[in-house]
Amino acid sequence: MPIDRRTFLSGTASLAAGAAFSGVPGARRAFAQSAAMTFQPEEGASLRLLRWVPFVTGEEEAWNANTKAFTEATGVEVRIDQESWEDVRPKAAVAANVGSGPDMVMSWFDDPFQYPDKLVDVTDLATKLGEAHGGWYEGLEGYARQDDTFIAVPLCAIGNAVCYRQSHMEKAGFSEFPKDTDGFLELCKALKANGTPAGFPHGKAVGDGNNYAHWLLWSHGGMMVDENSNVTINSPETKAAIEYAKALYETFIPGTESWLDINNNRAFLAEQISLTANGVSLYYAAAKDPAMKEIAEDIRTVNLPIGPVGKSVELHQTSTLSIFKHCKYPQAAKAYLEFMYQSDRMNAWIEGASAYCCQALKEFADNPVWTSNPVHEPYSRASESLRPNGYAGPLGPASAGVMADYVLVDMFAEAVTGQRSPEEAMANAERRARRYYS
Amino acid sequence: MTDVPLTPRRPLLARFLESRNGLGLLFMLPAAVFLLCFLTYPLGLGVWLGFTDTRIGRTGEFIGLENYIWLFDDPIFWLSVYNTILYTVVASVLKFGLGLWLALILNEHLPFKTFFRAIILLPWVVPTVLSALAFWWIYDSQFSIISWVLMQWGLIDTPINFLGQPNHARASVIAANVWRGIPFVAISLLAGLQTIPQSLNEAAALDGATSWQRFTKVTLPLLTPIIAVVMTFSVLFTFTDFQLIYVLTRGGPVNATHLMATLSFQRAIPGGQLGEGAAIAVAMIPFLLAAILFSFFGLQRRRWQQGND
Repeated sequence: MPIDRRTFLSGTASLAAGAAFSGVPGARRAFAQSAAMTFQPEEGASLRLLRWVPFVTGEEEAWNANTKAFTEATGVEVRIDQESWEDVRPKAAVAANVGSGPDMVMSWFDDPFQYPDKLVDVTDLATKLGEAHGGWYEGLEGYARQDDTFIAVPLCAIGNAVCYRQSHMEKAGFSEFPKDTDGFLELCKALKANGTPAGFPHGKAVGDGNNYAHWLLWSHGGMMVDENSNVTINSPETKAAIEYAKALYETFIPGTESWLDINNNRAFLAEQISLTANGVSLYYAAAKDPAMKEIAEDIRTVNLPIGPVGKSVELHQTSTLSIFKHCKYPQAAKAYLEFMYQSDRMNAWIEGASAYCCQALKEFADNPVWTSNPVHEPYSRASESLRPNGYAGPLGPASAGVMADYVLVDMFAEAVTGQRSPEEAMANAERRARRYYS
Repeated sequence: MTDVPLTPRRPLLARFLESRNGLGLLFMLPAAVFLLCFLTYPLGLGVWLGFTDTRIGRTGEFIGLENYIWLFDDPIFWLSVYNTILYTVVASVLKFGLGLWLALILNEHLPFKTFFRAIILLPWVVPTVLSALAFWWIYDSQFSIISWVLMQWGLIDTPINFLGQPNHARASVIAANVWRGIPFVAISLLAGLQTIPQSLNEAAALDGATSWQRFTKVTLPLLTPIIAVVMTFSVLFTFTDFQLIYVLTRGGPVNATHLMATLSFQRAIPGGQLGEGAAIAVAMIPFLLAAILFSFFGLQRRRWQQGND
């Protein structure tokens, strides 16, 4: 191809532009970053992060943009692998066991406690981040700290809140949403009488089913184990929770005992139910579909009602970031995490997640996303009301096993469907939990 | 002493390669290595894990029969055994009956015979997870097409709770499994039917046998060996089914459809109790062995019928 004057000119122009935009300022930015950062990546480092598949594209974009900025600032390439959220646990556990694969993992709940000795101690990083950004929320910190050592860095809580139809609630004779469990039961009864019932999953719904079951238990003061890991599920408080669940179940749409995670969303959007609990995704599914404009405008969200225990306590989903010991560049990994938690980076990410991800550090509580839409507001309190699964005992394989085996979900389902009496259901849950905690 | 001329002995390798047994061993080696690496080793590891308290992320210690003793006292495990046996027996009987019936129909002279035979295979060809997802919608507690149609016809008032009520759920998952398994049985039996010489049937017809007699006295005995093999496979597939249950119910409602395979997965991978999960999987082996032995004796019977023994 003969090079004419025009091609030549445009070629040199783009070269010059490339030098101007990427070369010199890039170097300056890298210098500025490294001055602010405590952790210096090793020479020639590259990283691999295993994360869950994003729920909202804005979150993915913000995370990737932050990652790209990190690569530009430090020259460390970060490869991000995504796994569907239920597959992260086995994949990460295998990586921890065989000592290869991803260097870091964005995992769920108490996963880090399944293989704490395979994880890099990140106490220095987590302490620094906590001091710099207003401190960690207690519940989230519980998911990352084993005794005095941070084995992970808390990332976020995926908030859960009651989603209901304002017009249906008003039609049922309630001008505002009841704040306590008794009022809530009355509301559900009235909704049922109007033919616009509520519905919460009693099936093997990993997220929604566990959220609901833990709220039932904790709001009535019950707990699976005490501080010393003695199984205490067979208690008068649990019985009260079961009786309450039975009364609520009477008001539900039929079939909730077969519901998996998606069923309540489907039933809500098809106007089969007018009240359930879910992440903010339910609202966005309606808001994004022009055909569901009416539903979207009618959706209100509120935190789950407060029970006899007197304060708001919920499970929520929790995500943490941890670094595997087999990672060849632990300093680079720490630098990456430190970079991602810088105020403007973290704020951009939380905003991108449009109320899906609730901050782990108190400084970010005034992120504009929480006030941008009244629907978002209850989700901003997720990290505050959050309690680790396996409360009040320590996290570990036992707490993970009990939840994965659906011990609590099954206990409520057995009782509400009448398969067992409340006493038998409690005794069965006690027996199953003892197996894990013994 | 006379000099005995020494014949130079050929090198060991050459002799080994030229001997009948040596060469045979060599040819079998790849298959043997394959079997050892991919069948014997995982199976052995699984059995070993069943005797340990291994968790995900932690190597376990040998604990003898503790996993099995715990499972023996675990009503959920026994429920899953009951479900698995019920699921396998009912689904296999239905698949056999309907499959044989379908094979007999397809063996007749029908118009568009090849077309129908191809169509029949579809449920088998569709990936299990896809067909399971379709059934998930069909059985949905709010949006089931079956409930909708019956409600339109005014036969029922409220949707049928397919997957919420224990026995409904069991029947529903069995129906989905039967739908998926029929083609395999039908097409295999059809192949068997076509190997039966037409002359035998004609001879029987000339002797005045009714069509029922021809079926029971000629077709069925000649088909027995194929039936034995096909049903063994069918039973094995059904017994170890996982995907269908996992998509439809995850073992719910309250474990009413948990099979041993799904319970094993739930305890081992999400629950992290690899040892216990392995023990549940190992507990499936006796049942599977029984199915294989059944096939073995089914095949033996054929040789006896042909007078070879």
